[in-house]
Amino acid sequence: MRIRRRTTALTSVGLAAVLLLAACGGDDSGSKADSATTKVPDATATTAAASASATAPAGADTTPLPAAKLSLVAYSTPQAAYEQLIKAFQATPQGKNITFTTSFGASGDQSRAVEAGLNADIVAFSLEPDITRLVKDKLVAADWNSDQYKGMITDSVASFVVRKGNPKAIKTWNDLIKPGIEVITPNPFTSGGARWNILAGYGAKSQVGKDEAAGVDYLKQLFQHVPVQDDSGRKALQTFVGGKGDVAISYENEAIFAQQNKQPVDYVIPDDTILIENPIAVTANSKNPVQAKAFLAWLHTPEAQRIFADNGYRPVVPGVAKPDEFPKPAGLFTIADLGGWPTVTTKFFDPEKGVLVEVEQKLGVPTKK
Amino acid sequence: MGIGFGVSVLYLSLIVFIPLALVLWHSTDGGLSGFWDSVSAPVAWSAIKFTVVVSLLVAFINAVMGTLIAWVLVRDSFRGQRVVDALIDLPFALPTIVAGLVLLSLYGPNSPVGVDLAYKQAGVVVALLFVTLPFVIRTVQPVLYEIDQEMEEAAASMGAGRGTIFRRIILPNLLPAISAGTALSFARAMSEFGATVLISGNLPFKTQVASVFIYSQIESDNQSGAAAVATVLLGVALLVLLLLDVLQRWAARRG
Repeated sequence: MRIRRRTTALTSVGLAAVLLLAACGGDDSGSKADSATTKVPDATATTAAASASATAPAGADTTPLPAAKLSLVAYSTPQAAYEQLIKAFQATPQGKNITFTTSFGASGDQSRAVEAGLNADIVAFSLEPDITRLVKDKLVAADWNSDQYKGMITDSVASFVVRKGNPKAIKTWNDLIKPGIEVITPNPFTSGGARWNILAGYGAKSQVGKDEAAGVDYLKQLFQHVPVQDDSGRKALQTFVGGKGDVAISYENEAIFAQQNKQPVDYVIPDDTILIENPIAVTANSKNPVQAKAFLAWLHTPEAQRIFADNGYRPVVPGVAKPDEFPKPAGLFTIADLGGWPTVTTKFFDPEKGVLVEVEQKLGVPTKK
Repeated sequence: MGIGFGVSVLYLSLIVFIPLALVLWHSTDGGLSGFWDSVSAPVAWSAIKFTVVVSLLVAFINAVMGTLIAWVLVRDSFRGQRVVDALIDLPFALPTIVAGLVLLSLYGPNSPVGVDLAYKQAGVVVALLFVTLPFVIRTVQPVLYEIDQEMEEAAASMGAGRGTIFRRIILPNLLPAISAGTALSFARAMSEFGATVLISGNLPFKTQVASVFIYSQIESDNQSGAAAVATVLLGVALLVLLLLDVLQRWAARRG
């Protein structure tokens, strides 16, 4: 018995030591990044919150809403943005009685959790099919995307994250498949978000879907250059920042996030790329629909959209972005241009007969380099 | 067969049997042919094969190294023995995703020791060895404490060499424990997700393990495909557990 107790005590000491070690490792890489720091857009929660509370938006409702606790279930990347947004909303006269519970995780997992019964008033996902899943179960109204923003709360574009100074001079999709280039992109079957990357490359090389064969052929070549397929976009970016690969395909907002975190990376937006659109909706079974809708409306105010922009997201409300803050690529196309999500999902990402299954199977057979 | 039996069965049903049955049930959502299609898809099959082979290797290494470490911990005495003994359980306490992260920083592209195992099959082996370390050690250790050393002394006095004593006296006594620990580490290695998802690089046909493949099927809304592959894993695990049991009985009879 005595031995056992001592063991337990020592176990906890040892555990603390290992965790400390891990933490130190983290610090270490951080300081390494510092030495090659980059210019970052100035963005802090406090200034954003202050500006939001000081200038109540013209036409915004200033009557305080009845007290309620709203549950926000969202995908993981905008966590920092939503934390600032919630603070800013609570600082408005309208939102002062509203409290929030939040849950952040992989978009598909979050969507399935809500489908399985996780209580949510507002759902925000990285791509539309995760909302469509809930529409099928009548958890989100079928007309969720009938507003002027088509149900979207933020935009972004697929971009190339490269090493500081872009030593491999990567600018176009063709540069990714040059000999010796290693491309980091997540596994399109585990990462819903990775689908944007794939579709960006496909659209760019198929003249936005007109030359399907060329697009698919490009994807096959591209995946020969992918040495790691992490299960999520954030992990893929970590892999890249950790030293693997020459370029990571990622969202512009993720690239900006990496720079804000002082990672020594640059990013390039190719001329031909896809507009990433992130949906949001109030659930049909929300217990506080009035407050949830008010919050959603507030998220579309210039103040709220500015907070999104400070976090690297392209605002969906015109006039919020500063000139040149988010340059529009010449060959920008949308998911609708490729046929819309239902078509694209079946065609590319069906786990049994999608194009990407074929692309990955090609990895299993030896190919000439 | 009293209340204890009833409570045990109820508990096991709620915690284990019913969930496992549900996995089997879902695996045939698409009919038997659907099950077969899911499992025999090249990507799925390669993930299953890789997982089984790597788990067998890991179980074997554990059987040897675990027994050795248990021996050193029980029969040797050295400074810091208790600390080492306490450290053995750590892989259980550490969230496996953290284990993956630590291994990646130590044996990854930025390795301070110059060993880069990341995104290679060897990396998966190391990650699994890390999370399965305690099983054999912790099953063998108590048995080693209990073994009557007088038996060994008697054998030695009758002229048996150290090798003979180990083979004829110690090993037969330890075998059930080694086998139990090996079986546990095999089953654990088959199912590990957190530790391998980071270090494996998740490359189909190369380093993608079955659990990550299953996750990809769930993420693609193919739950029956995920359940089908899980069912195969369960089947293989059951087979190996049974085999080890048979082996152990055979050895016991022979001993």
